[in-house]
Amino acid sequence: MTIPGSHLSIWGRFRQMTVSLIAVFMFTTLVLYLAGAPPWPAYYHITRGALGSWIKFSHVIKAWIPLMLCSCGLLYTFRIGLWNIGVEGQVMIGAVLATAVLRTGVDDSAPMVSFFLAFPAAILGGSAWAIIAGWLKTRGEVHEIFAGLGMNFVAQGVILWLIFGPWKRPGVASMSGTALFPDYLWLSYVPGFRLSPVGLVMAIMALVATALMLRYTRIGLNLKAIGANARAAVLFGLRPGRYMLLAMAFGGGFAGLAGAVQVTGVYHRLIPAISSNYGYLALLVVMLANYNIWLVPPVALFFAGLNVGSIQLPIVLQVDSSLAGVIQGALVLTVLAVHGFREWRKIHRRRSTENMAAKEAPADV
Amino acid sequence: MFEIDTSIMLAGVIAGAAPVLLATLGETITERAGIINLSLDGTILLSAMTAFVVAYNTHSLVLGFSAAALVGGLIGLIVAFFSVYLGQSQVAVGFVLTLMTRDLAYFLGSPYARLHGPQALPFSIPILKDIPFIGSIFFSHSLPVYLSLAGIFICWWYLFRTPMGLNLRSVGENPAAAYARGINPGLHQLLYALCGGLLVGLAGATFSLAVKPGWGRPQGAEGTGWIALALVIFGGWHPVRAAFGAYLFAFLQIIGIYLQGWLPSVPTQVFQVAPFPLMIFTLLIISYAQKASDKIVPGGETLTRPAGHHGHRWLQRLLGLLTGDAPAALGQPFRPE
Repeated sequence: MTIPGSHLSIWGRFRQMTVSLIAVFMFTTLVLYLAGAPPWPAYYHITRGALGSWIKFSHVIKAWIPLMLCSCGLLYTFRIGLWNIGVEGQVMIGAVLATAVLRTGVDDSAPMVSFFLAFPAAILGGSAWAIIAGWLKTRGEVHEIFAGLGMNFVAQGVILWLIFGPWKRPGVASMSGTALFPDYLWLSYVPGFRLSPVGLVMAIMALVATALMLRYTRIGLNLKAIGANARAAVLFGLRPGRYMLLAMAFGGGFAGLAGAVQVTGVYHRLIPAISSNYGYLALLVVMLANYNIWLVPPVALFFAGLNVGSIQLPIVLQVDSSLAGVIQGALVLTVLAVHGFREWRKIHRRRSTENMAAKEAPADV
Repeated sequence: MFEIDTSIMLAGVIAGAAPVLLATLGETITERAGIINLSLDGTILLSAMTAFVVAYNTHSLVLGFSAAALVGGLIGLIVAFFSVYLGQSQVAVGFVLTLMTRDLAYFLGSPYARLHGPQALPFSIPILKDIPFIGSIFFSHSLPVYLSLAGIFICWWYLFRTPMGLNLRSVGENPAAAYARGINPGLHQLLYALCGGLLVGLAGATFSLAVKPGWGRPQGAEGTGWIALALVIFGGWHPVRAAFGAYLFAFLQIIGIYLQGWLPSVPTQVFQVAPFPLMIFTLLIISYAQKASDKIVPGGETLTRPAGHHGHRWLQRLLGLLTGDAPAALGQPFRPE
């Protein structure tokens, strides 16, 4: 995968970001006018909803954790040139397996065993779900976008079936999910904040591990080599199919872990929207970060802030909270456009200087 | 209990397939010109919302359909522009647009959720409707359904029987050669991404103004865009075969509804997600058929015109029905040097 704009200076990148932000700001304001909502209060309430208090900011961090985990997983698959759109379903299956293991710990004499087993189970589940999509790609030649997307719908179906079928709460089956787990099966949290420091540590460890893995190991190098030129990689004795499955397994593992954190640290049960679209959002995060791992944490934080900040919009302004998604999408599109425009201008400049040089040169007779 | 009125069921297939058929035809045109518009799923939702809101406020179905088509066309144009002039990945831009247009639809449409609005009513075509059996299946529908039926023929005719269609296909197969022949590949791709998008927009309007009238969250059109994208592959980039796929899909959906009544023990979620494993399975079969046909006919000749090879004729026919080659330059923008 070619990385546009990676040669840019810090000043150039800053200018690009400013131009993009102004463009997105104008677009969003237009959308808000269309919806008949006052733009300034909307921006104010989003900012306040995300940064208004420490508790609100802790919600932002709570959204940042799964976003970071999914984004780290996506860095592996993007590195080898795969569109792991199935990350959403991998989060869901991770959550399902974590729930399945935790259920054995309810009223058990040793609940901690199942609590600690829930995480590896979720990682394996996410990996397995991703490997199915990877296998469909490498063996079945089904594009990973279709394979992953189909698997997402299947995972959603599995969750709904479990919640309304075998795992329904005694007496009532509803969209509010399975029965709440007893608090000895919760990820420990800071009292008053409902934020789990363990989840935060996991997200940071995932970031460091991914950075080291991609930068300093043979696997990371090979992923990059195949992503850059699969045919040349074959000549060097690398098997693209195997590495694709490996990248999918890593990506799915991180996504599955995100699912386990959602169950043990955030909702304490399985709900239909357990993945909260964080998988899809992580794809946007990594694209906006330009596939650069060090830009992923701030971009993920910004996106998490938009998501959390817009939750209040329906209450205070009677507009839908999906505004966050509009802003996020517009931002990625604008950055792609700005990159593209720079490339276009560079080509034109080069061409016009070549033309000038051709004119000035004495004609051969 | 197990009795089904065949003509009513088939009429239901024709009507139910209309939106996914329109979207598939639109995407077939766009992909034939070499552009993948991955944003279908979101585009259908945004145009469905636009159609409903415009028709609700103006009390005009025509304006509703037109506005939806414009929205679809505009989004197709954005994908093509990003690819042709800005050199960005079509898949990336299409994917971002899928998510963004979906959220935009939910955001702008939320005040109109669950309102009762205008809808296109079915009308019978005189004389034709009196043909026994066929008349009741094909000639008692709403306007967009007739449009989808006509669309199959128009797309086929335009692609394969007009000089413009030849130019369109040449741009998708070999833009460099087309450029050498004096065709501007970029402009053609913009044009046909726009045209394909118009049809996708109509597909959205067909949902919210005819097949699943109204707007809500979820609307009921979620996932259709992805099915349409898969149907383009199933149809081997040929409008008539793609239409066959769309009708097959609608038929299976209706069978699913009947089955749900017959098998109450099977959870409804199974029926809701069934199209998607089916989609993967179909794509898997097609890729295997493609591989098998490559083995039978060496040298890259297509099975529709096997060159002097007479063995396995029935197998060839069967594989020929399942395979089709993607436009050679699909997804790769052309840059004249």
